[in-house]
Amino acid sequence: MKYGGWLIAGVLLAALLVTPQLPFSNNKILTILIQLFIVAAMASSWNILAGFAGQVNLGHAAFFGLGALTTRLMWLDGYPLALSFVAGGLVAALFALAIGFPALRLRGIYFAIGTLALAEALNETVSNILPGNSALPGPQLVSYELPSRYYLALGVVLVVVAVAYWLTQARLGLGMMSVRENEAAAQAIGINAFRHKLWAFIISAFLAGITGSAFAYFHVSYYYQHTFTPLWTFDAVLVTFVGGVGTVAGPILGAIFFVVIRDVLATNLTNFHQVIFGVLFILVVLILPGGFLELWDRLRVRMTNSK
Amino acid sequence: MFEIIAQNIVSGIMVGALYGLAALGLSLVFGVLKILNVAHGELIMLGGYTTFWLFNLYGLDPFVSLLVVLPTIFVVGWLLHQGLFSRVVQLDEENRIKNSLLIGFGLTLVLQNLAIQLWTADERSVTPAYATAALELGGVRLPVIRLAGLIIAFLAVAGLELFLNRSYWGKAVRATAEDWQTAALTGINIKTTYLLTFGLGASLAGIAGTLVTVSFSISPFIGLQWTLKALIVVVLAGLGSIGGVLAAGILLGVTESLSAYYWGGEYRELVGLIIFLIVLSVRPQGLFGASE
Repeated sequence: MKYGGWLIAGVLLAALLVTPQLPFSNNKILTILIQLFIVAAMASSWNILAGFAGQVNLGHAAFFGLGALTTRLMWLDGYPLALSFVAGGLVAALFALAIGFPALRLRGIYFAIGTLALAEALNETVSNILPGNSALPGPQLVSYELPSRYYLALGVVLVVVAVAYWLTQARLGLGMMSVRENEAAAQAIGINAFRHKLWAFIISAFLAGITGSAFAYFHVSYYYQHTFTPLWTFDAVLVTFVGGVGTVAGPILGAIFFVVIRDVLATNLTNFHQVIFGVLFILVVLILPGGFLELWDRLRVRMTNSK
Repeated sequence: MFEIIAQNIVSGIMVGALYGLAALGLSLVFGVLKILNVAHGELIMLGGYTTFWLFNLYGLDPFVSLLVVLPTIFVVGWLLHQGLFSRVVQLDEENRIKNSLLIGFGLTLVLQNLAIQLWTADERSVTPAYATAALELGGVRLPVIRLAGLIIAFLAVAGLELFLNRSYWGKAVRATAEDWQTAALTGINIKTTYLLTFGLGASLAGIAGTLVTVSFSISPFIGLQWTLKALIVVVLAGLGSIGGVLAAGILLGVTESLSAYYWGGEYRELVGLIIFLIVLSVRPQGLFGASE
């Protein structure tokens, strides 16, 4: 990353850190930002497996749901928040480890529909076993305030982005990318393709799990099943592609765009943001495979050339 | 006791035939174009709404409405292929599948949310005068509508087989599925074949949609659940194997119906998904597909 990039990231981070303390900050702004963090973290964690390691996982919601469920149940049962939070990520990661062995032997399309079916099976199971909704009990409700939720969600997104950035520099991440580009060639130079895919799967699942934990801590009341619905996967896929798949900044950019469109348009036209996003997504897949980041690069190249 | 089990098996067969029909178009398109259209369920939804509105506005019998549904959804499929999927078909196999998956995915969002805008999120169904009529056969109840659905599913498979084996364009479709380059060398117009196949696949989804509307109900959200059912059936049958699709659908229907009887209705969906995952990991070429 160039100095300019670090500077922008630093200023942005400082601004986000002080936001809850600012006089004009209110619950509405904080809520929108928390939702932005959750979407960005989901997209960015999905991008680690799909963008870096090249495995399109259509069951990402399962890990988000498992993280949320674990944290919510433990936290409301009286365990410390920190412990419940980490447990959420670990349960999701363990689930990835368990299903990784059969699932990652599936290739391409089979992996995509296999994970989709697996997540749906989990979704069905949860809606059968826990059909009700989870509301905060009295004491937690009385002490509820947004800033702590805000900082937790911000922390999660920072961790996810840091891991994604680290992967772009580390041997492990470069190995993943080589598997994505050409599995046979990667094997030939001594990269264990399966192990790299499994690591990507576990890391991606852990990060989605703690994103779910942040969700569970944030919401006053929600249906258990809600966190397992395929919508969470779909949003992550759309956001990542629109922003730029396989990059660190892409999912974040996409998430900002997504939340802005949703919160500007959702008030007047319910669900219409989904139509806009769907069309945009198709256009990106067809004519701009690199997403917004590619557009930005093209514009920059054109500008430097015209000078 | 015996009658209850027989009833469950018969109901399973009738529902399963509909699963098979829902999967038929998906399998055809996958086998020929080597793309996976995950918006297949949305085409089923569009077919369903066509039947619903024809019945609601003009009182047209749902089974007669098939005559309208078929060409309408064919045109929808034709346009979708012309506008979107034809751009993907030129890519190499891996990117072709991945990009078609993503486009279908975006399409799912667009069609589903457009349907909510246009027709509200309400659940709808069509209830003609004979909706509750049923035949009795040895203590087993056969609802007329489901029975008609079963017959239509078999007719659709027979019709498709006949088309593929006897007509020029059917043979072109099969040749293209086998090896598109050689097919092109023999003078087959590949582009038209692809368009035709996609349109046919779509209209098969449309027929399934009509049957879903009369046997169950439709809403803008049914797409994913039917895509998933169709995917399960297609994978069970073996990707691209058309002959096994109806059999796999019936197998799924009967399994679901029996598991709902033994373990309760809430595990109906789960059993199908678990079978699917087992088959996928043990026998990825499907139950009826040839191994490579």
